[in-house]
Amino acid sequence: MSRSRRSAVPEQQAPSASRAGYALPDERGHFGPYGGIFVAETLMQPLLELREAYARYRTDPDFLAQLEQDLRTFAGRPSPLYFAQRWSQRLGGARIYLKREDLNHTGAHKINNTVGQALLARRMGKTRIIAETGAGQHGVATATVAARFGLQCVVYMGTQDIERQAINVYRMKLLGAEVVPVESGSRTLKDALTEAMRDWVTNVDDTFYIIGSVAGPHPYPVMVRDFQSVIGREAREQMLAEEGRLPDALVACVGGGSNAMGLFYPFIDDGDVRLYGVEAAGEGLASGHHAATLCAGEPGVLHGSRSYLLETPNGQIVETHSISAGLDYPGVGPEHAWLKDSGRARYVAVADEEALAAFHDLTRTEGIMPALETAHALAYATTLAPELGRERIIVVNLSGRGDKDIHTVATRGGITI
Amino acid sequence: MSRIEQTFESLKNRGRKALVSFVTAGDPQPAITVPLLHALVEAGADLLELGVPFSDPMADGPVIQRASERALRNHVTLRDVLRMVEEFRATDQDTPIVLMGYLNPIEVMGYAVFAQAAAKAGADGVITIDMPPEEANGFIAALRDNGIDPIFLLSPTSSAERIKLIAHAGSGFIYYVSLRGVTGAANLDVEAVGEKLKAIRAQTTLPVGVGFGINSPETAAAIAGFADAVVVGSALVKRIGDLAAEQEKILTDVPGFLARLRSAMDQVGAAA
Repeated sequence: MSRSRRSAVPEQQAPSASRAGYALPDERGHFGPYGGIFVAETLMQPLLELREAYARYRTDPDFLAQLEQDLRTFAGRPSPLYFAQRWSQRLGGARIYLKREDLNHTGAHKINNTVGQALLARRMGKTRIIAETGAGQHGVATATVAARFGLQCVVYMGTQDIERQAINVYRMKLLGAEVVPVESGSRTLKDALTEAMRDWVTNVDDTFYIIGSVAGPHPYPVMVRDFQSVIGREAREQMLAEEGRLPDALVACVGGGSNAMGLFYPFIDDGDVRLYGVEAAGEGLASGHHAATLCAGEPGVLHGSRSYLLETPNGQIVETHSISAGLDYPGVGPEHAWLKDSGRARYVAVADEEALAAFHDLTRTEGIMPALETAHALAYATTLAPELGRERIIVVNLSGRGDKDIHTVATRGGITI
Repeated sequence: MSRIEQTFESLKNRGRKALVSFVTAGDPQPAITVPLLHALVEAGADLLELGVPFSDPMADGPVIQRASERALRNHVTLRDVLRMVEEFRATDQDTPIVLMGYLNPIEVMGYAVFAQAAAKAGADGVITIDMPPEEANGFIAALRDNGIDPIFLLSPTSSAERIKLIAHAGSGFIYYVSLRGVTGAANLDVEAVGEKLKAIRAQTTLPVGVGFGINSPETAAAIAGFADAVVVGSALVKRIGDLAAEQEKILTDVPGFLARLRSAMDQVGAAA
């Protein structure tokens, strides 16, 4: 096991020592040509300090013990690996397991990362937390840890998302966070991120910026991946205990890509485990109204790193569309860009309607109501399961629960609640 | 000797400080940019910064962000900006132009293609706000190959080590961001700027320009007391935005404001 594969919590299942271990990113946060630090000079020093602090605490026994305890007693980990028997039978193919991140405190995988970064913020002596949010899940998870640790919290959110996710906005306010509406650009996640960066540039001394995805400048992509990789480590161990072998395929939705990276990372050196990232095809890739960055984008630089982007031929960032606010983002984490180019992971896209169908399907068949983001991964699993056949095993990351989305689902169904 | 070097040397010989104006290309409409640049030179600008509009200007405040949005509504591209430089250069061969913007439009065009086109158009320097020197090796080489100065920013958070790095990587001048925050913020601490400039000058002989938050003749004059150049951006761009409905006034009011900064600065220069 190489040094950089060791993430914030000691690994339970080390990959075979005979394999050449995956060892990205490099010292300066590069995944091949992707990643790096592309920010204004004012943020360079704070990012270097963050990099140093993270390098120090990611192996600090006291920090790791506190993280482990908070994940267990506050976030509710480990999350179960659930065999979706009825749904698997209905699809008539591979056995599908669901990694139940929806059962975490606050209802999604986002809490894994916010607990980690809030603990780091405290160690660094920061008293104010800022965050950006799209679906509101990361905002809620940030407001939650801010309340837990007594930190001031400001969350930036596009006004279009505020409309779509009114319940999460109220949850954040109940938790004591200030939610700042962002009116610029497409009024979604990308603009919230831009605005949070501006806040950070202005308040670098006392403020810690908790980025919610594996995006942004180094060290965020690696740090968020490490905090989220508890998902994959647990899934690996649970699968070995349950089935005595590794799964054949992992499926996760990709907006910025944090739940996918968290699931994939501990399996990267297991070449036989196929990795599928599912992006939002919105109204279809041909319509131009989508958020399928890896499937339909080009390399470029946005929000602090080089990765794939949805952009015009002149390099302006375009507005995206997805039924799920959490996938509605024109960029993607740089490590996913690298996994795509290297062929280690495959990226596909699922349209709004297909995701909605999967939402209803899983809800009725298993009694589990998934987030619309997650429903994209489920929709792809419905295609993949029959292709792979009954002897195969798929793990889908059930990254979040769907309560926040019932208004969107109702509106689509012509129902007023 | 580059146009930027010549400008700073000639000002030094005359005991004057450089006044640098920033406007966004194509704001509020493309046809006004070149006449506005000439009018700014007429009003006392020694060096022109021309903003390349970008959809997600992370380091800019609301004033310049809206300027970018106005320009992008006119579909102004990086190639359009270079055409404006070329048009300006046809009648002014002396005033340096520095392009200022974000990396992605340049990344899409390609470093070498951009550097050649920028040099051909008559640009003298390039500031890419979101590209620190650590990531800029290939870009710096492409610019230098074409005789264009890569200009980097320093900020109040820059350590001595970073000042050294940037002094080495950049040429033309160094742009000191005078406050922690986005462009157009209002909390400029003149004394603190003076202290930091001493630390910067200990590492470099390049001229040092100061910008972000300079919005009055008084501040401009105070900064001119110790900086080599005073950069004014948001204060001009705000006036352009306010006059978007009566654009005929832009060519008089905006240079008129700049002229007041010029005379305030020159009184300092004369006293020094």
